[in-house]
Amino acid sequence: MGMTMTQKILARAAGKESVKAGDLIMADLDLVLGNDITSPVAIHEIEKMNVEGVFNKDKIALVPDHFVPNKDIKSAEHCKCVREFARKNDITNYFEVGEMGIEHALLPEKGLTVPGDVIIGADSHTCTYGALGAFSTGVGSTDMAAGMATGQAWFKVPSAIKFNLTGALPKDVSGKDLILHIIGMIGVDGALYKSMEFTGPGVASLSMDDRFTVANMAIEAGGKNGIFPVDDKTVEYLKEHATREYKVFEADADAEYDETIEIDLSKLRPTVSFPHLPENTHTIDEIHKDGDVKIDQVVIGSCTNGRISDMRIAAEILKGRHVAKGLRVIVIPATQAVYMQCLEEGLLKIFIEAGCVVSTPTCGPCLGGYMGVMAAGERCVSTTNRNFVGRMGHVDSEVYLASPAVAAASAVKGIIACPEDL
Amino acid sequence: MDNAKGHVLKYGDNVDTDVIIPARYLNSSDPAELAEHCMEDIDKDFTKRMNKGDIIVAAKNFGCGSSREHAPISIKASGISCVIAETFARIFYRNAINIGLPIIECHEASKGINDGDEVEIDFNTGIITDITKGTTYQGQAFPEFMQKIIAAEGLVNYINESKK
Repeated sequence: MGMTMTQKILARAAGKESVKAGDLIMADLDLVLGNDITSPVAIHEIEKMNVEGVFNKDKIALVPDHFVPNKDIKSAEHCKCVREFARKNDITNYFEVGEMGIEHALLPEKGLTVPGDVIIGADSHTCTYGALGAFSTGVGSTDMAAGMATGQAWFKVPSAIKFNLTGALPKDVSGKDLILHIIGMIGVDGALYKSMEFTGPGVASLSMDDRFTVANMAIEAGGKNGIFPVDDKTVEYLKEHATREYKVFEADADAEYDETIEIDLSKLRPTVSFPHLPENTHTIDEIHKDGDVKIDQVVIGSCTNGRISDMRIAAEILKGRHVAKGLRVIVIPATQAVYMQCLEEGLLKIFIEAGCVVSTPTCGPCLGGYMGVMAAGERCVSTTNRNFVGRMGHVDSEVYLASPAVAAASAVKGIIACPEDL
Repeated sequence: MDNAKGHVLKYGDNVDTDVIIPARYLNSSDPAELAEHCMEDIDKDFTKRMNKGDIIVAAKNFGCGSSREHAPISIKASGISCVIAETFARIFYRNAINIGLPIIECHEASKGINDGDEVEIDFNTGIITDITKGTTYQGQAFPEFMQKIIAAEGLVNYINESKK
């Protein structure tokens, strides 16, 4: 019986000829990641372990990005803990404020994640690197600690759902609409414990940034990982960003899948997830039919949609327009490089002239940390990834998940809208 | 592992880690401080109405969302002795085992047990008894190595102990 792409990567990392769904394996890790919220807990755990230092100072990435620049004294203490651990262990890939970006945008940009890698990160959106053909999955702080100490982690080999993509996305429809559509279809536990393997002729039409967005939200369907095949676009991206050698894996032709779901990209419409679950999806046409949804805030950014193409899409819509009166619009380029590119391409000027604020990279508003916390009764259209109760602030506030195009159009109209409505 | 016994606090599908421990408290990693805010955004009286040893029973996909280990830490530190659910989100499942919070999957128990029922769980057999109703359910018993991790109060102690 053949193996899925994920199973082949895991077999290699476990030093086995083959694995099958349900096998318990011990795999070698190529990268272990943590941020300013999860790393302090992991550091506390590793200090309790009878180990000398870390397994490999080059294979650990520590990225303070959630509550930095420090939002309060307690956050400052957490960041200090991470910084001191990084210094003590001479961690190569520690990213201080000024170099850091949102982890899942930063690490691929720095060439730290390549095809065939096995990556764990103490952040649930670690699944993002599947866009590059790596196996990568979110874990907790204790797994991170054990990973930093031993360079290994145990896994139950997942079965998989195959998403066969055909056609190409229409104008103003993006990877975000695709993944929201999928989550709406299978539900927030539709891929529980499973791999989501994206394949088919439609993959070629998706940009790398679209693929990062899709893989990023695999966890919102309960998935263990999301993964794309390596093609010309991947290779081109790697040429630009990575120097490390990599290994390309392909699913076997006779690989077994729990199910195959066919998706014609050309049929997709701008899609929005209503409160309070990512599976509560509505197309823009359904939303228009049901009446206006008035909003108070828009956030454009995050590990899901803070990359340069997201910024370009938002800027194209906001150019020469102004945000609706009374609306707060927060734009957050995900990394320093994206920020710089926005500056060079004149996008920052467009955002500021349109009445947006532009922030240094941070996860802040996505999880109700800071930089856009909401009051009772307020509504936000956000390009982030979760719309749970209280996610962005007060338990009676609401988050509507959408693409950068929908977020920017909504910013102009003051209600949920898409570029066609302008 | 000892049995768990206590009264049930019952919840529905998709109890996410943001409601278990909201991000506004994640500037702390102190278990006692996190416990004060456990379940705050889904049940603001949780800490008032629970007693040490009580049991959470929920439906599908408990612990979905963020990988924050603060979620199982806050539940364990609050004094909850076990979480029963129809299914758990995978990162939460791993985290709970790793920090030594007993959890058990059982579809029927999740459906049959009501809020306030007194329940006992035998971790060696996976048998869940609803003492109030006089019904029993067969949950999934932990493999031996997982029982040892939980008994050692988590993966780190387990690794340390196994090295001795």
